Amino acid sequence: MRPLRNVIYIQTQNSWLHKDNDNLVLKVEKETKARVPIHKLQGLVCFGQVTISPYLMAHCAENGITITFLNMFGKYLARVEGPVSGNVLLRRTQHLTGHSIEKSVAIAQTMLTGKLYNQRYVIRRYCRDYGEQISDKNVLAQLQTAEKRLTRCLTQLSDCKGIDTLMGREGEAAQVYFGVFKHLIRQPDFEFDTRRRRPPTDPVNALLSFCYTLLTHDCRSALETTGLDPASGFLHQLRSGRPSLALDLAEEFRPMVDRFVLSLINRKQLFIKDFETLPNGSVTLKEEPRRTLLAAWQDRKQDTLLHPWFEETVPIGLLPWLQAQVLARFLRGDCDSYVPFLWK
Amino acid sequence: MQTFEPIFLSRLQHYLFCPRQFALIELEGVWAENQWTAEGQVLHKKVNQPDQQKRGAIRTAWALRLANEELGIEGIADVVEYHKQENGTEIPYPIEYKRGKPKTHRADEVQLCAQALCLEEMHGITVPDGALFYGEVRRRTAVVFDTELRNLTQETIAACRMIVQTKLTPKAIYKSKKCSRCSLIDQCHPKGFHKSAAAWLAEQIKED
Ligand code: SF4
Repeated sequence: MRPLRNVIYIQTQNSWLHKDNDNLVLKVEKETKARVPIHKLQGLVCFGQVTISPYLMAHCAENGITITFLNMFGKYLARVEGPVSGNVLLRRTQHLTGHSIEKSVAIAQTMLTGKLYNQRYVIRRYCRDYGEQISDKNVLAQLQTAEKRLTRCLTQLSDCKGIDTLMGREGEAAQVYFGVFKHLIRQPDFEFDTRRRRPPTDPVNALLSFCYTLLTHDCRSALETTGLDPASGFLHQLRSGRPSLALDLAEEFRPMVDRFVLSLINRKQLFIKDFETLPNGSVTLKEEPRRTLLAAWQDRKQDTLLHPWFEETVPIGLLPWLQAQVLARFLRGDCDSYVPFLWK
Repeated sequence: MQTFEPIFLSRLQHYLFCPRQFALIELEGVWAENQWTAEGQVLHKKVNQPDQQKRGAIRTAWALRLANEELGIEGIADVVEYHKQENGTEIPYPIEYKRGKPKTHRADEVQLCAQALCLEEMHGITVPDGALFYGEVRRRTAVVFDTELRNLTQETIAACRMIVQTKLTPKAIYKSKKCSRCSLIDQCHPKGFHKSAAAWLAEQIKED
């Protein structure tokens, strides 16, 4: 398997990054804080006030290391990337495939199959691990019902003939899933009633939103390294500036992110005091706990899982890259369908 | 007049190693830097500066650009020696540097023969033989461009041309000995796609 290289998250304000021979050097107030060999990197993600020397940018661009700038809350600002990778035939096929409603629906359907399958896994796994500790029989019944309804949505996906109906099923599944999500949280301080974006107004939603941003970033990089066009999706509509395909690819991994968020809360890696509410009512994670989260995110990527299609054990951090490969190979005619990652 | 894009001499050996590897590199721009390719480049650096030198009856040219328009191939020869004959003509003698040792398959010979075909067209002269220099054994192996090798070389060029024109990447045929040495194994997934993906997925959903 290809080596898993690191994404480095820089969130110390007023950091200055530059290149010294083959190392990346991080300075704060002229003091060197870190030094990393550049060849070990896959990407740099900068939060807020971080500046980078043009020579380091050029070096990263040449070596396929992408640099992403986000604001303090994880909102996308800008990105520096090297020349488009050489796979023009792949991109052309991707765009032609996108023109065909039928083919787009087929791909979108398999991607959502992955998402719903993995959502169901989150619930199943919880019942398996904690089922006996759930004293409230009503809660247990709700979880079991949700599981059954997800199974039904899952099997109905294959009947969908258009993106709209697919989205409809997906929305239904999301209601079922997030309807019982509160039961998976075992720290009473953290309340959750429904999934809320733009802006998140409670800690759980804030965590979900933040981690989905990290996920989308990883998916986008994976697509770029594979030579696919991250902006041209099948499920998500094309919109200038939107990485539609990265959002498509992220779908099957969202439940994994949900479980990651749950474990941060349930294992008491994060506490309610780690969040603050801004004047507009949006909730965000404070700087120090965010460091904890990013470190846990990096650790999580080192964990391994069985990839059922390849029948190989792979680091979680490589999954988006592997799935981008599956998509590329499908588009180039190596197999008869895209297969999502199924979490077992 | 031929209008097709030339095929690089160095790609012929990719085809002979594995047609799919050729297609992944040529059509899909897939490239993996690994130890194998990195070392190859270091070795090549020494001979990559265009230069020439004369010693006695031999004039040596380094990093010489070659092409055969009719066959649609081009590339760079590591070294071409021009051997002066008694009648005053010069006969080119291509030498290609290879890391490692002589191989059982004929990829290196084909690449060298293709260079000879270029030199023949460029100089309007027959090039009867050349040599491969293997880094590991530090020895020249003489190669005669006989009919059999010439035919194999022409067939290889034609097969490469076919892939370039149809733009179809051949399916992977997994052979553990070969694939484990292949620098593109991670992008090729030779083992991954032997089953029907649609059927597999349907099966997984049905299971429970
Ligand atoms: S991995 Fe095997 S099948 Fe794939 S390109 Fe390499 S040698 Fe050919």
